[in-house]
Amino acid sequence: MTPEALYDIGSGMFGQRGSSRSRVAIAGALSVGLAFSLTACGDSDSGDSGTTDNEAAAIDCAPYTAFGDLKGKTVTIYTGIVTPEDTPHKESYKPFEDCTGATIKYEGDKAFETQILVRAKAGNPPDLAFVPQPGLLKQLVDTGKAVEAPAETAANVDKFFGEDWKAYGTVNGKFYAAPLGANVKSLVWYSPAEFTEKGYTVPTTLDELKALTDKMVADGKKPWCAGISSGEATGWPLTDWMEDMMLRLNGPEAYDKWVSHEIPFNGPEATAALDAVGGYLKNDAYVNGGLGDVKSIASTTFQDAGLPILEGTCSLHRQASFYAANFSKDTKVAEDGDVFAFYLPGKDATDKPVLGGGEFVVSFADRPEVKAFQTYLSSDVWANTKAKLSSGWVSANKGLDPNNLTNPIDKLSATILLDPNATFRFDASDLMPGAVGSNAFWKQTTSWITGQDTKTTLDNIEKAWPQ
Amino acid sequence: MSTATPVTTTPPVKPGDVSAAAKAKKKLTSPWASLVAVVIAILWTLPTFGLLISSFRPERAIKTTGWWTFFSDPKVTFENYKAVFDPDSINLADFFLNSIVIALPAVIIPLCLASLAAYAFAWMNFPGKNILFITIFALQIVPLQVTLIPLLSLYVDMGIANTFWTLWLSHSAFALPLAIYILHNFIKEVPSSLIEAARMDGAGHVAIFFRVLLPLLTPALAAFGIFQFLWVWNDLLISLTFAGSPEISPLTVQLSNLSGTRGTAWHLLSAGAFVSIIVPVTVFLLLQRYFVRGLLAGSVKG
Repeated sequence: MTPEALYDIGSGMFGQRGSSRSRVAIAGALSVGLAFSLTACGDSDSGDSGTTDNEAAAIDCAPYTAFGDLKGKTVTIYTGIVTPEDTPHKESYKPFEDCTGATIKYEGDKAFETQILVRAKAGNPPDLAFVPQPGLLKQLVDTGKAVEAPAETAANVDKFFGEDWKAYGTVNGKFYAAPLGANVKSLVWYSPAEFTEKGYTVPTTLDELKALTDKMVADGKKPWCAGISSGEATGWPLTDWMEDMMLRLNGPEAYDKWVSHEIPFNGPEATAALDAVGGYLKNDAYVNGGLGDVKSIASTTFQDAGLPILEGTCSLHRQASFYAANFSKDTKVAEDGDVFAFYLPGKDATDKPVLGGGEFVVSFADRPEVKAFQTYLSSDVWANTKAKLSSGWVSANKGLDPNNLTNPIDKLSATILLDPNATFRFDASDLMPGAVGSNAFWKQTTSWITGQDTKTTLDNIEKAWPQ
Repeated sequence: MSTATPVTTTPPVKPGDVSAAAKAKKKLTSPWASLVAVVIAILWTLPTFGLLISSFRPERAIKTTGWWTFFSDPKVTFENYKAVFDPDSINLADFFLNSIVIALPAVIIPLCLASLAAYAFAWMNFPGKNILFITIFALQIVPLQVTLIPLLSLYVDMGIANTFWTLWLSHSAFALPLAIYILHNFIKEVPSSLIEAARMDGAGHVAIFFRVLLPLLTPALAAFGIFQFLWVWNDLLISLTFAGSPEISPLTVQLSNLSGTRGTAWHLLSAGAFVSIIVPVTVFLLLQRYFVRGLLAGSVKG
């Protein structure tokens, strides 16, 4: 066949026929596109000026005078926190911007964890980055581009945060990053209405939790629901389960040794913890309420896993405080609402281990305006400003007044975090080396839930630990 | 769109051998072939159609049931579109504009450079021509991922980091090897008698290029323009690495962030996806006949 013949077939199939119709379609599409571009120009102006005018009047600038006049200065922030959680963040900077004259440029990016390393290595880092993992913080410090936190920030952290939190922001004995937000992972979601109706009570020990589960089974239910599917991070909810059990069964000292690999990943402590998780999640009588059998845990996305509580087909779902965002807006998340959470109890009622996570503010520039903003973010002023604006956010800042939090689940999280008897531990998979914490740990626990035994699972993770 | 201009130009390719075309037509128009074509077309369109319907369904319906339940329980809402255009949060309109600002120069720059280079490689003689051509051809093998960090350091040193220039230059650089190769093969196919006749009439390289070759090149340029435009419009990796600020980020970057920090807002994805495919679909519909022709450009030696 000659090329010309092919050309003809080509134009016959795609070009001539129906071209008048496609022209209408094109005209339509083009005009819609044009409309987008026009709204783009119009909206951005009117939106900004409206809100700043209203709020400027209400702000008391007294706490900000110490930062001095920063008119015309810009601070750039790069973070993995994107819409919709980014709006309260940006709004919480407004008092600082209005009182000091500085401009804060916020950039949210879901690919933050890989891109921040690229930018730091290439010499194009932002002024400040919100790092969600102490392990990543260490990698950033290793690039040599990170700058130590100023003395004012360190003083704020000493005043408002526990020593454990300061330690997570410290690399090689130098303090780099102040904690920002936090989340509590040791929570069990439930339906308050169901508990009242059936006479269930919130358990205060692990044994009571087991007893409650058995009682629900006797009532003809599958009490627990779980889901671990999460794209390339599939498996992480299971690592949280295991860490919670590790912390409860073996205590915080053993947990720390396990994280730093002073005791092996496949030792008796870890085996007991994973078997304890298996007692719930690999038990066909207990799971997977409203979703299927044990294997359905692997195929259910973590976002969907707790939703059966609303349908009444599942009663208990262990997931972090941020899970509240998964319920649609018409669901009431409160102690007397459609769904709420209780603290996943410790071995006994006095024992209060808390598993959680959080972000840390690391700086790449030592300009005065960057230092000032870094200090502002570590203060109680910011924590309380942010608390009033957001829902689904909490901080371990001791200066935070829980009454400023609008959302009942945030209040609960703050109470748990700020409880002086609580023992806080950071999510182990965020502290372990990447080859384990964000690879083998996820993958092996996923195999474990689909049938692999505990010993093989833990042996494989131990083998993946970098020598 | 500048690449739209060739539409009015008559394609320079001759109608060709009628009997061969007729033969091919006969072979390709059997009822079975039509049936297969219709089935493939339906299968191919179905996901997009589902996406379109999903984008108009309420959040709870999207999160709990499939789009096909729309037919038994039709609920229509514009909330998703309102949310993705909300100027205070997601604000896709600004990013839409950025995408256009990025894509147009990122198509025009490589097209201009590549057509000139292709002419030089095809019709000019200079020492080391073949080695240089092979080197350029071989550059296609370099995966662009390995160049990301060095390129970004280079841009930082040049002081153009966080500007549109980083995106324009990167897209142009990555497009040039293939563009030069395709256009070179196309130019090489032009009968040498045509060039010689022009030269006899006293035309220099500039006149030959602009007055003889450029009109003949139009389909190849249009075809490569479409390829490049679609590539740039859909690119995420290069923009993520080099854009470095929401003011210059394209639509794809915001689209990848649309589902929310922990994937809780994924019901907005269908609406966002529809906003982003409007332009590629338009470009494709406008220039589709060049697209097919372009697939063959450079692949068949005359």
